[in-house]
Amino acid sequence: MILLYSFLLIILFISFLVDRQKTKKAIKIAWKGFMKLLPPFLQMLIIASIVLLFVSPSMISMVLGNNYGGLSILVGAIVGSIVLIPGFIAYPLTAISLSNGASYMASAAFVTTLMMVGFVTFPIEKKVFGTKVTIIRNVISFFIAIIIALVVGVFFGEIF
Amino acid sequence: MNLFKKKKIILFLMFIMFISLSFAINFDSGKVIGLNFIKFSKSMLSILPAAFILIGLFEVWVSKEKIEAHMGSGSGIRGYLWALILAGPTVGGLYVAFPIAQALSKKGASLSVILFYISAAAIYRIPMTLIEFSLLGVKFTLIRLLVALPLIFISSIIFGNFLKKQNYQILS
Repeated sequence: MILLYSFLLIILFISFLVDRQKTKKAIKIAWKGFMKLLPPFLQMLIIASIVLLFVSPSMISMVLGNNYGGLSILVGAIVGSIVLIPGFIAYPLTAISLSNGASYMASAAFVTTLMMVGFVTFPIEKKVFGTKVTIIRNVISFFIAIIIALVVGVFFGEIF
Repeated sequence: MNLFKKKKIILFLMFIMFISLSFAINFDSGKVIGLNFIKFSKSMLSILPAAFILIGLFEVWVSKEKIEAHMGSGSGIRGYLWALILAGPTVGGLYVAFPIAQALSKKGASLSVILFYISAAAIYRIPMTLIEFSLLGVKFTLIRLLVALPLIFISSIIFGNFLKKQNYQILS
């Protein structure tokens, strides 16, 4: 994070040296864009924090670890679609679930939908893509995640 | 200020009141939601200002012609390569990728390339990939990353072309 902001300060400084007017305009655009998306961001944060109450990390670990056979892919994909957790929490969680007996295919479904499918990010995505396209994009991503999980399952000898 | 906005502000204030009340009367579920909210806000608010300033700089310094040439509908495979390169250092998650997608669309990037960027930002973020390699293993990660590539590539092209035929436009 410090790296990101030092980098940002340096390029802002260079930009300012080259063209003050343009840099001011850039900051104005940044501010306007931020303010415009702030309400859906807050909406997303509220939904995410409520969802995490009902689907807690320990519950995710338990659900992934249960042996539902082929259904475990679907369970992993659905859980991953609903929750929003940062990667630095999600990956250790998945690693623990794996060592507790979760299948690789369920974990793959979970990790992939977690990143690609967003129930919680819906308010923001809607503002960019519109409702219809948002829904289609998420459905496509969900199926892509299922295919990826199936291939993972085959390679780890969990199916076929 | 329209009615819709007012309703949203009232809802947000109600949420804040609910959380405060939960802490006051020691309502555990409410407290957990509040703590989750603070945790999420912290991690997101640390990323968002940087993301939006970069978008602002992108909008003033990068010309429309450049993006059109490199990521527009005539850019061919190169556009997808650029999308992949852009996706790698994307931080945060989809919520950062969406405003970036919007900025790219304004500059004339093609729909399929933008859809590909969104999926690539979900799968190929470099910091996440490194964590995945170390925690979930090389085999697992490689399969996931390699199988995803043709899938998101083909689906982005099909979906993008379909939307283009319907004269779909990304909202600004």
